[in-house]
Amino acid sequence: MTRDGGRPRAAGWGVALTLLLAWLVLYPIVLLVLDGMHGDALRTFAARGGEWQALWASVWISLASVVLAAVIGVPLAFLFEWFEFPGRKLLGSLIALPAVLPPFVGVIAFLFLYGESGFAARFLQYLFRFQQAPWHLQGPGAILLVHAYSMYVYFYLFTRAGLARLDAATLEAAQALGAGRWRTLTRVTLPLVRPSLAGAALLTFMTSLGSFSAPYVFGGGFRVMTTQIFASKQNGEMGVAMVETVALALVALAGLALLRRTEGEAILAGLGKGTAPRRRALRSPLVRLATTLAGWGFAVLLLLPHATLILVSLVPYATWTTETLPPVLGLVNYGRLFAEPERLEPLVNSLWMAAASTAAAVALSLAAGWLVVRRRAALRRVIEGLLALPWALPGTVFAVALATAFSVSAPLQLRWVLVGTVMILPLAYFVRNLPVTGRAILAGYRQLDPALEEAAASLGAGPWRTLRRVTLPQLRPALAAGASLAFVGALGDFVTSILLYTYRNRPISMEINAALRVNEMGVAAAFGVVLMVVSAIVLGIGARR
Amino acid sequence: MGDGGWVGAESGPFLVLDELQVRFSDAVTIGPVSLTIERGEILALLGPSGSGKTTLLRMLAGFERPDSGQVRVEGEEVTAVPPARRRVGMVFQHYALFPHLDVGENVAFGLQGTRDGGRGTSAAVAEALALVDLAGFERRKVQELSGGQQQRVALARALAPAPRVLALDEPLSNLDPSLRERTRRELRQLIKRIGITAVFVTHEQEEAFDLGDRIAVLSAGRLNQVGTPEDLYEHPANLFVGTFVGRANVLRGAAARALGAANGQVVLVRPEQLRFGAGTGGSALSGVVAERRYTGAAAFFQVTLESGERVEVQAAPDAARVGERVSVAATRTLCFADQGG
Repeated sequence: MTRDGGRPRAAGWGVALTLLLAWLVLYPIVLLVLDGMHGDALRTFAARGGEWQALWASVWISLASVVLAAVIGVPLAFLFEWFEFPGRKLLGSLIALPAVLPPFVGVIAFLFLYGESGFAARFLQYLFRFQQAPWHLQGPGAILLVHAYSMYVYFYLFTRAGLARLDAATLEAAQALGAGRWRTLTRVTLPLVRPSLAGAALLTFMTSLGSFSAPYVFGGGFRVMTTQIFASKQNGEMGVAMVETVALALVALAGLALLRRTEGEAILAGLGKGTAPRRRALRSPLVRLATTLAGWGFAVLLLLPHATLILVSLVPYATWTTETLPPVLGLVNYGRLFAEPERLEPLVNSLWMAAASTAAAVALSLAAGWLVVRRRAALRRVIEGLLALPWALPGTVFAVALATAFSVSAPLQLRWVLVGTVMILPLAYFVRNLPVTGRAILAGYRQLDPALEEAAASLGAGPWRTLRRVTLPQLRPALAAGASLAFVGALGDFVTSILLYTYRNRPISMEINAALRVNEMGVAAAFGVVLMVVSAIVLGIGARR
Repeated sequence: MGDGGWVGAESGPFLVLDELQVRFSDAVTIGPVSLTIERGEILALLGPSGSGKTTLLRMLAGFERPDSGQVRVEGEEVTAVPPARRRVGMVFQHYALFPHLDVGENVAFGLQGTRDGGRGTSAAVAEALALVDLAGFERRKVQELSGGQQQRVALARALAPAPRVLALDEPLSNLDPSLRERTRRELRQLIKRIGITAVFVTHEQEEAFDLGDRIAVLSAGRLNQVGTPEDLYEHPANLFVGTFVGRANVLRGAAARALGAANGQVVLVRPEQLRFGAGTGGSALSGVVAERRYTGAAAFFQVTLESGERVEVQAAPDAARVGERVSVAATRTLCFADQGG
């Protein structure tokens, strides 16, 4: 019953927040487009065949990733949501594990496991006495393997959530009307979970379009747009890099617009009532055994990268050459991580930058939540759009945009030189965190009964006391969820870091990359394990109710 | 309760809503509404959904700012005073108990800053809980309580800081129907015992009659009538009040004229004001009994008139049979100008 427009004071804050967000999120993109669209750079871009190949590669790799992830994730979701078999619960949560592996760490785990000199190759060499590695883990196939491994989780989780929201009565109604199992599935179940599938497809497409780690490590000569941009920037062709970035941004926005159209949000509104269908126990002992074995086998397969990472982290430098399994194991690498100031520094850097950028994103999202949901500020749609924008664009795009905007000193245009300083990277993390914290906190605010805050006010509590005693405690789950995801994202970030870091604030991912270059696999893996453990702990805390 | 004292108790009404008006859009305007409420009186705001009754209550509590008009308590203008400093205790429709605080902390919420030290607070909490028959419930979680208990905690919480006015938004709508009648009586007794001035919103006529000293009937943002239950039932100010409060037959045209209405008037006649048999002076209607609904002491008969209209007659259960031709006479009617429809 609150009126549109809100109070004049709220309108003032709404304008202030909109301007701040526009400066953080939109302005760098605008500058990127303006600065990048120069004749020379455009002509160079258009004339090089490699550019178009890379753009096309980005698109088809992303589409193929969506298909592969769906093929793995959707059947798994049905299996775990609809059937009962031994170990269902434990496996059901194990299966979401790739989520706790930061992308770059997942990629190096794959390298150690399935790479030319990884465990799998060595094992086959040992078995069949091959002289050389049986395969090269390189090119589009390798990229798709990593993508499928890490992104089926989206389909799995989204579909399970969609299925859990189904009302059993709808399915029973279909059966009562004479529909068989297949007809019920295709005519009722799938249309009802379509919004979930569309959501997962969108997320997979965007993630894989922005994916950098896998193409960077496994691409070899095969370039996608993100690695192409990085290469151009390394070669000092900043103008071309900008054009490439704009091209990638356009593809992302086109994909977003297309998939949004199919999302069918209206259907969602009809769901949410009633009880989910009961799980069917698998009766035939043979089917049960097969399902259980397959489930466990799959879980082991999913856990192998994590296990590999831990094993490699225990291998001291230069002790493992041609043996199938490492001959010496120890905690030397971890000792070096924490004892050598040179190695400890990236850890500290990553932690403070992730913490600061998360805190800032949470604070800004809280202000946005208050203005958008409570005060219904006139600019609420704009505020929401700006908060979500960094999600719609690959990390590489934002990194290049920030590098463009803050490489010039022009205080009157609100531009300062931040490139090459310690500040640019946490700023980039902060902007990239905004969609995650914003979405969680706005959703939390929307679920919050406004009567609670009114009750506090009618009992004499001022705005601060209401915020501290009523609003924040009520928002705690949303805050924890948003903040933990943002923190983990910033902590494991590779895409933005590789374009914007300086030596003084080099984060863990850059140290891993450096260790890989000089073949210090153990140290790289130890860093990876630390990232994995911290991420798992933080996500665990964030998911607690 | 309250430190306002009794000064000015005799000088004018305790609570005044003066020409309150708020515009949501071109189509939706609430007011202007003026109401005066005496000290210790219970006023019901009755109306269908969308009639503006909740908005009026929220303007009283300070959650909505009127575009024009004033709210005065004890002669003091509070229209622009924020809810936190207005001293209007509010019981919300869904209670709005703080789920992360226990019962005692909920009740103590409004006491902080008004009393010195924790001891005074805990005594006041105990006192407020005792008032609603929940003594000793301090450490219980609000989720563990039944709907009725939650409602009483909400009441205790609103009363604890000794507000000047108690505002209740559909206070009984979330209770089981079986519990409602008893709770209604207890609520009225409690409010009267404390002597606090109370305003509550409801869309149920029975609730308004049971709980309110006076009732303000609203429709489409307008105040139709204010009065005691008897006033409203016996002397409705217009057709809307007549039909919204109590059961009523509305007749137009020939049937209305047969009951003594002038041209262009409608007749409102309650089921118990109709009886079977010829009336005096030929003012009777004839028709066929279409339906009979037995309620124990009496029965309601649906009679289809020759004009096609239907009337409901309350009479002794054996007064007529279904299918029987009857004449119906009125002992009392109310005539209103017909505003179409």
